[in-house]
Amino acid sequence: MIELEGLTKRYGTKIAVDHLSFQVRPGVVTGFLGPNGAGKSTTMRMMLDLDNPTSGTVRIDGKHYRELQEPLKYIGALLDAKAMHGGRSAYNNLLCLAQSNRIPASRVGEVLDLVGLTPVARKKSKGFSLGMGQRLGIASALLGDPEILMFDEPVNGLDPEGIHWIRNLMKALAGEGRTIFVSSHLMSEMALTADHLIVIGQGKLLADTSMADFIQQNSRSYVRLRSPEQERLRDVLHANGFIAIESGNGTLEVDGATTEKLGELAGANQIVLHELSSQRASLEEAFMQMTAGAVEYHAHGTDVHGAAPAPGPRWGSISEGD
Amino acid sequence: MIEAVGLTKRYGAKTAVYNLSFQVRPGVVTGFLGPNGSGKSTTMRMILGLDRPTSGHVTIGGHPFRQLPNAPRQVGALLDAKAVHGGRSARSHLLSLAQLAGIPAQRVDEVLGVVGLQDVAKRRSKGFSLGMGQRLGIAAALLGDPQVLLFDEPVNGLDPEGILWVRNLMKKLAAEGRTVFVSSHLMSEMALTADHLIVIGRGQLLADMSVTDFISANSADFARVRTPQTEPAQREKLTTTLTEAGGQVMSEPDGALRVTGLPLPRISDLAHDAGVRLWELSPHQASLEEAYMRLTQGAVDYRSTDDRLAHLQAPLQPGQPGYGMPPQQPTAPEVSQQGWYAPPPPGQNPYAGTPQAPAQSPYAGAPQPPAQSPYATPQPSDTTKDAR
Amino acid sequence: MAAVSAVLQSEWTKIRTVSSTVWTLASALIVTVGVGAALSAVFNSTFDDLSTAEKLTFDPTLVSFFGMTLGQLAMVVFGVLVVGTEYSSGMIRTSLAAVPQRATFLFSKIAVAGGLALLVGVVTSFLSFFLGQALLGEHRASIGDENVLRAVFGGGLYMGLIAIFSMGVAAMLRSSMLSLGILMPFFFLVSQILAAVPKAKEVAKYFPDQAGSKIMQVVPDALNTEKAPYGPWGGLGIMLLWVAAALIGGYLVLKKRDA
Repeated sequence: MIELEGLTKRYGTKIAVDHLSFQVRPGVVTGFLGPNGAGKSTTMRMMLDLDNPTSGTVRIDGKHYRELQEPLKYIGALLDAKAMHGGRSAYNNLLCLAQSNRIPASRVGEVLDLVGLTPVARKKSKGFSLGMGQRLGIASALLGDPEILMFDEPVNGLDPEGIHWIRNLMKALAGEGRTIFVSSHLMSEMALTADHLIVIGQGKLLADTSMADFIQQNSRSYVRLRSPEQERLRDVLHANGFIAIESGNGTLEVDGATTEKLGELAGANQIVLHELSSQRASLEEAFMQMTAGAVEYHAHGTDVHGAAPAPGPRWGSISEGD
Repeated sequence: MIEAVGLTKRYGAKTAVYNLSFQVRPGVVTGFLGPNGSGKSTTMRMILGLDRPTSGHVTIGGHPFRQLPNAPRQVGALLDAKAVHGGRSARSHLLSLAQLAGIPAQRVDEVLGVVGLQDVAKRRSKGFSLGMGQRLGIAAALLGDPQVLLFDEPVNGLDPEGILWVRNLMKKLAAEGRTVFVSSHLMSEMALTADHLIVIGRGQLLADMSVTDFISANSADFARVRTPQTEPAQREKLTTTLTEAGGQVMSEPDGALRVTGLPLPRISDLAHDAGVRLWELSPHQASLEEAYMRLTQGAVDYRSTDDRLAHLQAPLQPGQPGYGMPPQQPTAPEVSQQGWYAPPPPGQNPYAGTPQAPAQSPYAGAPQPPAQSPYATPQPSDTTKDAR
Repeated sequence: MAAVSAVLQSEWTKIRTVSSTVWTLASALIVTVGVGAALSAVFNSTFDDLSTAEKLTFDPTLVSFFGMTLGQLAMVVFGVLVVGTEYSSGMIRTSLAAVPQRATFLFSKIAVAGGLALLVGVVTSFLSFFLGQALLGEHRASIGDENVLRAVFGGGLYMGLIAIFSMGVAAMLRSSMLSLGILMPFFFLVSQILAAVPKAKEVAKYFPDQAGSKIMQVVPDALNTEKAPYGPWGGLGIMLLWVAAALIGGYLVLKKRDA
């Protein structure tokens, strides 16, 4: 469990993180979303006590990070795939970390095996590809077998098999009751991974909700129906106060209803249905709707090429990593 | 139009690309997929005349790249976002490229606007984030207003708006009749972007077909069926009925049934005859990722994908916090939690104008083997790249 | 608190698993001993060319340490890299996530690296002395002579302290390149030049290297050099103050700044 309370970070006059309060709960994968410059990386660094908050607190299982005995046993983090010494072998990089937290050296071999780096364990990590660096970072996060795991853009540089693997790993870890906090820019990937979402924009909390609720609240959802008795179905729906829109191919769309309700209705009226499915927008669409107001640069978009508005962010935070 | 005929590249004893023949046609976005080390980059480099094929040839608009008159105005490519002189400003970088190709300077400001870098045009690209570098690379590719465009992992480092923008840009370029060839590791992203796919593995062609055909050919569609939660008996009854009718029925973590082997109207009729009311009856198509995984299983270097991947399937944890699922009935084998969180069904993305695969990943596989370590991992083929 | 012993062990692993440790410390030893030996041989053969004042204050022990002017630069590189690569590689974030107590982290690192530098420094110093004296022929000093053991041991301390001072500076500047860019010219050029310029040398006397190196002189104002307002131990004390200042500065920067 991670708890943030009024977390704020100012750089001079610019507020990167603005009174952020939320909890990351165990047992589910919590996705952390936000446009570039929203303050995601700063928040994650403050959670690990790498950056000092201007005000507010972060608690890990009720404690401040600096009070943790051997923190790697509580919380593991993948922040930056390249946060290792390139001149040291993968094995030795992990060994240093293990020793500092009194984790047995045998665990190093275990996590290397787990991420599939055993064949290159003795190779210097500077020769690693981005994907291999990412795996090494994941290994370091798992080293202390912690109850809390944080991943910043974990699929960066991984190939499809790697992406598939890390997704299932995160779900499995959450399934064991661990707290998983993961940031990503890939909405389609996040939709497959996260159960719960925390969305920030301009350093402020925009949403703290389940994936399903988030999509429902931020986009249109409706039920799609197909039936060999379309006319009768429409009449029945109409008689019960539902508005059915015909959308071609013999399908009807009904807003503001659940499949359960419509299924019962069809059953009661002895109407055969060939499809009864609820349709939701994508996470991406919901995210775009939600952040439309909060993205710094929307007013700024210029349509030069006639293409979709080219996002022209004020690259004010060039060095910011997220 | 890009055309490869019998393209082969050997490095010493290792064959990176073998006898590859394909065409990349104008007017559609063609995705280029393959595991790490499958020869994608080598192929792209050969298309651009950076590497010489050992045998075979590849042409763009009928000419090998090196013989193209004024190549920058015909072909644009984004290969590596960081292939820029860091000490130079974004604008002067593009200007030097433009001057080489005889492109008017005014076009430089145009493309800077298109990619949204106009405000940092005068800044040295050394301080650029990965996403900004990517935008600069895309600007360079667009500079000559070329008919043929190649993008290698274009969404790397971009934020959600950036990803959406690149996707729409590629679709738009294709709609203008250009040839757009994109490689990516992000299957879910590719499913939204590409119309056509070229898949290679171990340097050989595995598939060259439309996205829809690719998914149909490499995975099974299924139906998701839910019965009233209040009456568990109905669920069992339906399971029996459907199984007797020749369908395969599996249980999903939220209590729904996953049915393969029976068309939707038939399921509906069977339920009707058995007196079972339905709360859901929805068609699902497998994801591009699943189709891709099946196709490339044999072709991934240094990997025993078959059983390893099976181990990856997360064991089902009944009563997982947050899922609120009902107790499982023993009648139907369970589907891993993988497929449960069914994200948007096909065709719902207003940004996507083309037929597309659903973004979800229902693993309509065989019943899962008993739970093993969920941590088992495939050997990263990316290890073979640098660290041998 | 993370257990200090565990952190010390971890820092020792860090040091022994990078190749830069071996090559910097080996160069410090080889350069110091080699150059010291060569200059000892030269002094032996050209002793008669020295001025009378120089002959009167001839300090064979100090002569055998002349290689340190060059050898200390390798110690600077060692000290800078030990701390600086944490920053240049990005490892610092991983390290601090594992050991969030800044003082434990920094001072464990400095204890391990500093201890190793002192050990190598003392070995280097003794080797330089014995090889140098062997080549000085009739002008040689003996380890049993008055103050000689202090000077030889002090030579080792000096080299170790130079490395520790560099670690503190690198922790303040948080960059290997910047630290090397400042320390190398300072010790090799600026300090030496200023020590020869009137007026400036009054200040230069209090530079860490100028003050600290007095510990290696057996003969006061050896080879007719400038008189210092402090003795050998006073000089070493001044150097220790510099080292302490650099370490405190480094700690404060680590504590206050975002990683």
